[in-house]
Amino acid sequence: MTLLDRVPSEAQLRRTAYRRRQTVYSVLVAACSTAALGTLLVIAVTGAPGWDRVRRAFLDPAIARDALPTVLSGLWLNVRLLVCCAFGALLLGLVIAVLRTLRGPVFFPVRALAAGYTYTFRGLPLIIVLYLLTLGVPGLRLQGMPPVLVLGGIALVLTYGGYLAEVFRAGIESVHHSQLAAARSLGLTHRQTMRHVVLPQAVRRVAPPLLNDVVALQKDVGLVSLAGPIDAVRAAQIATAQTFNYTPYIVAGVLFVLLAIPLIAVTDWVTLRAARRQSGG
Amino acid sequence: MALLRCRGLRKEFGGHTVLDQLDLTVTEHQVVAVIGASGSGKSTLLRCVNLLEELDDGTIELDGEDISDPRVDPDQVRRRIGMVFQAYNLFPHLSVLDNITLAPRRVHRRGRAEAEAQARELLDRVGLGAKADAYPDRLSGGQQQRVAIVRALANSPRLMLLDEITSALDPELVGEVLSMVRDLKADGMTMVLATHEMGFAREVADEVCFLDAGRVVESGPPEQVLGEPTQPRTRQFLRRIIEAGRL
Repeated sequence: MTLLDRVPSEAQLRRTAYRRRQTVYSVLVAACSTAALGTLLVIAVTGAPGWDRVRRAFLDPAIARDALPTVLSGLWLNVRLLVCCAFGALLLGLVIAVLRTLRGPVFFPVRALAAGYTYTFRGLPLIIVLYLLTLGVPGLRLQGMPPVLVLGGIALVLTYGGYLAEVFRAGIESVHHSQLAAARSLGLTHRQTMRHVVLPQAVRRVAPPLLNDVVALQKDVGLVSLAGPIDAVRAAQIATAQTFNYTPYIVAGVLFVLLAIPLIAVTDWVTLRAARRQSGG
Repeated sequence: MALLRCRGLRKEFGGHTVLDQLDLTVTEHQVVAVIGASGSGKSTLLRCVNLLEELDDGTIELDGEDISDPRVDPDQVRRRIGMVFQAYNLFPHLSVLDNITLAPRRVHRRGRAEAEAQARELLDRVGLGAKADAYPDRLSGGQQQRVAIVRALANSPRLMLLDEITSALDPELVGEVLSMVRDLKADGMTMVLATHEMGFAREVADEVCFLDAGRVVESGPPEQVLGEPTQPRTRQFLRRIIEAGRL
């Protein structure tokens, strides 16, 4: 007898019917409660005494249309800076984390330097690093000084590299020591063990927090505008100053959220794929 | 000829002596079973031989070379010794094939094609050819442990260290792993196995060493150590094993 011609028992049929009824019931309850909460929120916001004023100041469609091109061109700067800084910070973080795992007296200065770096740049406010690099460094009047935008990017890489290094380090330490023993027992050197056994597992495990930091970086790249370059938020600020209307900020905010969605989706996809490949065969 | 010679091994963990003046000699093609209660030092002995632990005293010679000399490159030593762990310790992010070819490719610098051909041949021989592309999590415990043994063998070791390799397995999966060890013995592999499987030790070992508190209390042919032990500690240990229905 194959699985297909098996007739479910009376008890199983009753259970299936009951579960189906329960599912329909839960969906109905969820729909009703969502609708009720939504209605309440809309009434509370639009019914507020100042709603008309706020709507004119923050949600003016005409102003949004006018501001969109300049905010978008500012956002393009954010995107480019984000891509460069994210790669730079990930690379720097990984290198620092690996340097901190080195053993042996020869590497003491390297370890100390790496540890000192993470302590310093995780403690130092980003704005101060930005000012030091974009205002202080050009003040040295050295030959071949890179433009302010690059210096601002370096400040971002230095600050986020510190955070990412700690995330990488947590990942490296989360790999069980029995994996190290297995790798070393096969004759792999420390470097080969890191490269082929520890880091692949560590990076996969911390991919979600790493990308979380990249999403945070996406918002902070805008701070380079403090040194001059015009990013999306700065463009919105200029537009707001011209119209005395805050709608451009809302435009920029919406664009930032839209930019983050694919990044977050990629994070989820990467995590899911790694999990499925390891357990799904 | 002695392949492995341990003299006066001593190892302490935080003031607790795990190995105490331990001597052990293993000749080529010999299978030595190390038995003893949990905490008697079996695993520590194997880990010391593989230089995964630093000795507090004593010397270890492999093929006449003092491998406990700190000037010896431990990676070079480990390439000649295969080790299999209680918890398999396969690399979860690598397929079965990549687990096995990692050391041949990275340590012995063989080409991918050559390493994979060798790995597939070894897998076929133990009936796991169909699992080459699977990830460890998809395999049963017995299959994982057999892959771990193949991974150690792919290095063509002179000596195999098996650390309670059936202790984490469901009873019905123990047989398939032990039959692989039996085949290894038939091929003439030199092995040191820490084990709780007394029946298997009796069958496959040329010599049984009973360890207690980091010392070899009694050693000799299995029928003598397991059958007519002379030391009271050995008798006491075996009586408990028999009471637990394990012999």
